[in-house]
Amino acid sequence: MSRSRLKLGRHRDRRADRFADAPLDGPLLDVDEVQTHFKSERGLVRAVDGVSFALERGKTIGIVGESGCGKSVLSRSIMGLLPSNAVRHGSITFEGREIGKAAGNVMKQYWGTQMAMVFQDPMTSLNPVMRIGQQIMESLRFHLDVSKDYAEETALALLRSVGIPEAERRMREYPHQLSGGMRQRVMIAIALACGPKLLFADEPTTALDVTVQAQILDLLQAQQRERFMAMVLVTHDLGVVAGRTDDIAVMYAGRIVEKAPTRALFTQTRHPYTEALLKSIPKLAQKSHTRLEAITGRPPDLVRPPAGCKFAPRCPYAQEKCVQEEPRLADAEVPGHAFRCHFPVGTEAGRDALARNLAAGETATGLPVRKQGDALTTGIVV
Amino acid sequence: MLESDNTTNIETVAGPAGGFAAIAVEEPPEEVFQKRRIGIMAWFAIAWLTIVLLAAVLAPVLPLKDPIGGFDYEHTKAGMFTAGHIFGTDDTGNDVLSRVVWGAQASMLIAIGSILFGLIIGGFLGLVAGYRGGKTDTVLSSFFNIFLAFPQLVLALTLVAVLAPSASGGGGGPTWGRRIFVVILAVGIVSVPILARITRANALAWSQREFVMAARAQGASSMRVMFREVLPNVLPAMLSIALLGVAVVITLEGALALFGLSVPAPNPSWGNMIYSQLSALDEAPTVWMVPSALIFLSVLSFNYLGDVVRARFDVREGAL
Repeated sequence: MSRSRLKLGRHRDRRADRFADAPLDGPLLDVDEVQTHFKSERGLVRAVDGVSFALERGKTIGIVGESGCGKSVLSRSIMGLLPSNAVRHGSITFEGREIGKAAGNVMKQYWGTQMAMVFQDPMTSLNPVMRIGQQIMESLRFHLDVSKDYAEETALALLRSVGIPEAERRMREYPHQLSGGMRQRVMIAIALACGPKLLFADEPTTALDVTVQAQILDLLQAQQRERFMAMVLVTHDLGVVAGRTDDIAVMYAGRIVEKAPTRALFTQTRHPYTEALLKSIPKLAQKSHTRLEAITGRPPDLVRPPAGCKFAPRCPYAQEKCVQEEPRLADAEVPGHAFRCHFPVGTEAGRDALARNLAAGETATGLPVRKQGDALTTGIVV
Repeated sequence: MLESDNTTNIETVAGPAGGFAAIAVEEPPEEVFQKRRIGIMAWFAIAWLTIVLLAAVLAPVLPLKDPIGGFDYEHTKAGMFTAGHIFGTDDTGNDVLSRVVWGAQASMLIAIGSILFGLIIGGFLGLVAGYRGGKTDTVLSSFFNIFLAFPQLVLALTLVAVLAPSASGGGGGPTWGRRIFVVILAVGIVSVPILARITRANALAWSQREFVMAARAQGASSMRVMFREVLPNVLPAMLSIALLGVAVVITLEGALALFGLSVPAPNPSWGNMIYSQLSALDEAPTVWMVPSALIFLSVLSFNYLGDVVRARFDVREGAL
């Protein structure tokens, strides 16, 4: 026991040295050409395939995309929380230090104090046999080496700050005595406990009741501002990130297809996938019984992705060029806005492409397209 | 249902719309959720085991006749309720009640001791194998499987013979304490792979859970995750198997006694009391019937409690 304690002490000292002289300029997190592949029986699954972005201190980036686009894998790749069959390439720098190749025991020094994660499902992310208070105090005592009383006080303060009423009583309760929203608040309290500089929120509201979703997002945003913490908000819902992030990266098939400051993404959408995502959200202004424009088909097989643009098979703008040649990430007018498309939405090229496809009744990949009133219909409509 | 209503309302209070606070329902009484009965049978089992364990512990101070040298030549092989001997006497005139109580001490010591041994060693190995996975798991699991491939009795016999060279009688004979220790060790080793496999299977399932990942993402060390996060969830399964194991070990001790490898001869254990009367099964039936009945009842009790523990301490996750 005493031996392991000594070891802990040593770790802590080294950790203090390690992060004391961290440079304060430059981005907090710089992700460069990160690839995460999983070895499977069918072959290499390219879950994340060359993603780059940078995140400044105290800023928020939203990562948006359908299920299976590599959003969660990306955030876990950055954290270094991947299963053993994963292969990671590319460079990830945190406060100017390369952590892309770091092993688990090195990353352990970052987890909790430097970066933390709020998981998707609060129902399974808490230990069912440990009291709430214990679970929050756990990492406090472990990382910050504080007394039990101090840890308890801090945990109580944390619970209050994440909006849990009767915090004293909740401290002594078990997870099954709390509702989903409450549990997610507890998860947030745990993640915030050691004051991380970077918080990953991996679809934090997906498993929650719609009525609670907004509360949890507001809470995350408030805490992020208060603590001047950087945040990576992973979600499949553009509505979730709309007013809450500085930048948004839209992912498709393991790549970023469009990246922009939040406002620019919504006002000057360039990529057809982003446009399709936006159209798939119901709007208050729409008449009732308006048919939602769903995106036909599903994301491509990540073992054998299509040769050209990954979105071409589902894209109403798709031309011959899209099938043959994958577009590069090109800059748009607004600084920081980039997209990956040959025939971008809202440009002459895009309008022509769509007109051609409408005239032909199908795209270059054979996807039927039709105009129904104002709405664009893709695929076979019953 | 009440519970969920309650939490929903509290959340409304917490939300931005503070105006809804007024509809918060009253707190349901605490005991609504507390009462989960284990049933009268479980209490019988607990009562019986308490009696046996108390008798075993208190054997030296109970007003009993000498179990080894209290030869009552007036009454040998006496039946039940003979003067002064409630359970009768054996062929040398020793009091069966007294021998059974002292025998409980040996049998319980062996049963509980070896299972504790198996629980600690097997539990630890199983936890490591289940949590670590990969090569560690492969190596440890094949090790368990090799041990499981031996018939339990043969393995126990071999181990006793190896660990106590003078096991099958001969020069001087082993002392009571040393033999108990050897039997605990041997039977303990036999129980290690069984408990290890159960622990491994459960640890494997629990280690895949999101909260283990969450704990790791908070920077907890492997040891901490194993013992603080995984172990408490696996413990109920381990305990219920351990209780079943105690029952198995009681009978295993009896089997070892049949080969004369349990507690050395004049000293009683439940097993060797049956064994010592093999030649006189029909003449003095009480001498083997009484320990047999005790083994039967105790095994039944341990088994039943094992089931109750599993049902009662099933880890709760949802609210309903």
